Amino acid sequence: MAKLKYTPFNLGRWLVWGGTALVMILLPFVFTEGFTLTLMSQIGIGVIFALSYNMLLGQGGMLSFGHAVYSGLGAYFSVHALNLMAKGSFVFPVTLLPLVGGAAGLVFGVVFGYVTTKKSGTTFAMISLGIGEMVFACSLMFPGFFGGEGGITTNRVIGQPFLGISYGPAIQVYYLIVAWTLACMAAMFAWTQTPLGRMANAVRDNPERAEFVGYDTHMVRFLTLLISSFFAGIAGGLNCINYEIVTAENVGALRSAGVLMATFIGGAGFFFGPIIGSIVFFIMVIAVGAMTKAWAFYLGLLFLLIVLYAPGGFASLIVMHLPVLKARLMHRLWLPYAAALATGAVLLAGLVSVVEMTYHYSLESKTAPEMTLFGFAFNVTDTLPWAVAIGLLVGGFVISRFAWKTVGRAWGDVVHVVQRQSA
Amino acid sequence: MKHQTISTAVELKAVTKSFGNTAIIRGVDLAVARGERHAMIGPNGAGKSTLFNLISGRYPVSGGDILVNGESVAGLMPFEINRKGLSRSFQVTNIFQRMSVFENIRCAVLWSLGYKYSFWHRLGGLKDANLRAEEVMESIGLKRRRDTLAGVLSYAEQRALEIGVTIAGGAEVILLDEPTAGMSRSETADAVELIRKVSQDKTLIMVEHDMGVVFNLADRISVLVYGEIIACDVPENIRGNKAVQEAYLGTEAH
Amino acid sequence: MEFFLISTLNGISYGLLLFMLSSGLTIIFSMMGVLNFAHASFYMIGAYFAYQISTVIGFWPALVIAPLLVGVIGMMIERHGLRSVHKYGHVAELLFTFGLAYLIEETIHLIWGRSSVEYRVPPSLDGAAFTLFTTEYPLYRVFMMAASVFMLISIYLTLTRSRIGLVIQASLTHPQTVEALGHNVPRVFMLVFGGGSALAGLAGVIGGNAFVTEPGMAAAVGPIVFVIVVVGGMGSLAGAFIASLLIGVLQTFSVALDYSFIDLAARLGIAIGPDAPFAALWKLTISQTAPVLPYLLMVLMLIFRPKGIMGTREG
Repeated sequence: MAKLKYTPFNLGRWLVWGGTALVMILLPFVFTEGFTLTLMSQIGIGVIFALSYNMLLGQGGMLSFGHAVYSGLGAYFSVHALNLMAKGSFVFPVTLLPLVGGAAGLVFGVVFGYVTTKKSGTTFAMISLGIGEMVFACSLMFPGFFGGEGGITTNRVIGQPFLGISYGPAIQVYYLIVAWTLACMAAMFAWTQTPLGRMANAVRDNPERAEFVGYDTHMVRFLTLLISSFFAGIAGGLNCINYEIVTAENVGALRSAGVLMATFIGGAGFFFGPIIGSIVFFIMVIAVGAMTKAWAFYLGLLFLLIVLYAPGGFASLIVMHLPVLKARLMHRLWLPYAAALATGAVLLAGLVSVVEMTYHYSLESKTAPEMTLFGFAFNVTDTLPWAVAIGLLVGGFVISRFAWKTVGRAWGDVVHVVQRQSA
Repeated sequence: MKHQTISTAVELKAVTKSFGNTAIIRGVDLAVARGERHAMIGPNGAGKSTLFNLISGRYPVSGGDILVNGESVAGLMPFEINRKGLSRSFQVTNIFQRMSVFENIRCAVLWSLGYKYSFWHRLGGLKDANLRAEEVMESIGLKRRRDTLAGVLSYAEQRALEIGVTIAGGAEVILLDEPTAGMSRSETADAVELIRKVSQDKTLIMVEHDMGVVFNLADRISVLVYGEIIACDVPENIRGNKAVQEAYLGTEAH
Repeated sequence: MEFFLISTLNGISYGLLLFMLSSGLTIIFSMMGVLNFAHASFYMIGAYFAYQISTVIGFWPALVIAPLLVGVIGMMIERHGLRSVHKYGHVAELLFTFGLAYLIEETIHLIWGRSSVEYRVPPSLDGAAFTLFTTEYPLYRVFMMAASVFMLISIYLTLTRSRIGLVIQASLTHPQTVEALGHNVPRVFMLVFGGGSALAGLAGVIGGNAFVTEPGMAAAVGPIVFVIVVVGGMGSLAGAFIASLLIGVLQTFSVALDYSFIDLAARLGIAIGPDAPFAALWKLTISQTAPVLPYLLMVLMLIFRPKGIMGTREG
């Protein structure tokens, strides 16, 4: 009887997983430019990294500011292993190199994790920050291992191609990343369905109660961190293969901040949240980054807005529409959403204008005051463009507020109807 | 097993507890026999919850010793005491709010069934854990609320779940902290039957204010006043005890 | 001897600056339970504002105006940002201040660019205060110490002798009771947050020209301040004071010492060659390890005495 109950649910799950795998495999045939392949490779690695981070944040309730330590050290050990493999002193297939990274991540998880998991909450976050800074500071102290300012370089093409695979072409590296990403995603999802995974949730929600049902909360957190650091190390190993260089940035605060932002923007409360977050994050960093120097500013702003207005991330925004879809009430939201989108576009245009013009002004107002924005060419030293930009910003802000009020009202009505239907 | 030969399930020897300079427990001696249903009553502020917290390891003792099945547990962490066979409920409902009723109870059985920190077992395939969780859920009457999130249950349902989580691990010694607090008459009656059922063949120590529940269930009663036990006897004798009447019951016991 | 005295004085002046930062952080944490990740960012804003104002008006007006501006910004942030996140819990608050720190750094990039700015010590304070043995001790360092001490004493007096100080002290431990007594506790929170930010801003005004004013300065000093708070004991002002001086002196001394373990061994007559195991470790000079030392101290403290030097409240 119990088996029959679970089957339809499992079928859905198989479809989702199979579909995801299919999409990842077929992607290079749809987007054929080189730069999209690079982007997708980075997203793949980012997904593993972010999912490993969410084991701590979303599953375990542990906010870490130093997760790059495990992936970075994993990358460093992988790059040294790869160089040894090239010389012949260490025989190991390149395909499995990420396991070296994983092992390194695991070892440092043991070294740092035992002490750091004794505490929770804010103290844990601060300790993770300190350890991250400590490891980064060490990177300049030991140039032999860390390669100093220039880092350690390597070549991923070593020895004879195996079945035609040398990992020289980027497409081969992409499929290697796809394979590892799918494997890690499956493994990390499976973990959430184990006793340890479930007790990590329990410790997150009510550590005291978890103790009183026989669990040592320190041990639960420590083991969770170990598994998380293992997967982070795998991501590091893939980074080593992908970029063929590892520098101190791999263990730096900026990388730790990045995975935190990606995970949170995507949504820490759902398994697929970090996946969405990684995609958004890398699109911001790479695609938007190619268009403007202010990409980091926009990323920070997006993060703050998510923290303030949608702390469950994009995943929660998607999931909250599911009951509405089921009740066939989406049509009530289209108009308010359209209004919010239109007014938001004005606000965004104003914001982008002010930001881009400020950047241009502070950098090149003396030498090259001309710039083009949205197809308009003007001098950044004239007052008219500034007046327009600020007008758009302020005006856009005012009309957006009206639009959001209608969205709020529409949602209120929808929630009312949904609640009445389910009562 | 060792504890089968020891007849005293829980023993407190000269236990004291102070918070800073304030003495809450001023020397308590108590011996609860195996299989006994023992109630602890007393005015508010007497230290009943504090005593529970000391026995279950939530707070350390300032002096004296506490033995569970003959072993000293003073100074042990709560999970260590729990693993020795003692489980407790909380006065303020303390469950896993974001998990379903079923998940709550399953979490409570995992350690006792030996799954510990396993990350290689699939939860759905753990026949013994799932079966036991279903049994406990049935016995506390929450089977129809199986997949409801604990946070949205009614108050009485949450109290029932609290008891369920407490007994699910199969502990030999059960501590219940005001299990019927805030319940209506009919809810209390149901709770009493539930407590009677789950404490069959176990040792039960209960803090209660509802005298009907106490005189209904208890084999023996201890009266705690200002951190000291002023009387410890069978219910009829307690009812007639002058000192107890003055301190707590009033001239008419109900 | 001379080196020892100069370094001690420098260490104390740096430590006092660190205490100006860590005291604000500790008070905000004690009262509101939020560890303000952006606290060092206010330090940075103070320095940049002072730079901008001093190029237009002068240093002395900047000394007063810049911290006030930073304080106002702090109050606005508390009122419109932090307060709305409060209901989501401490993790959300920490994430908000983290995002804020990130955004503030990017805004600085936006307005002032990525390289350092020429925020200089004013000519009136540029010179020697006294001569110690053979070295002239800079007047500005003396000014820094004097300003820090003056500020901290006035805050101490305000907290302990004034009525608002009494309300603040009470709100530190029992905000609900204070609110029940009729005080506008949210407004107190806003004032305290603004005050702490202003203090950080003042530290920036004073320190920004002695050290370098650049967009990375918040990220450089921020983690150190957290180390101080953890080492001193979360929530303890006395602990933060001791830890600030300790780490100020530690960093100042370690940066100047060029001795390595090999040197020490050589003095004892033991030779450690370049092929010895862990040679890379032994040949490190103290000055090379200087950046790591505060964090090492924090990790050791967490292992052996987790509540810090004088810890009172758990994170």
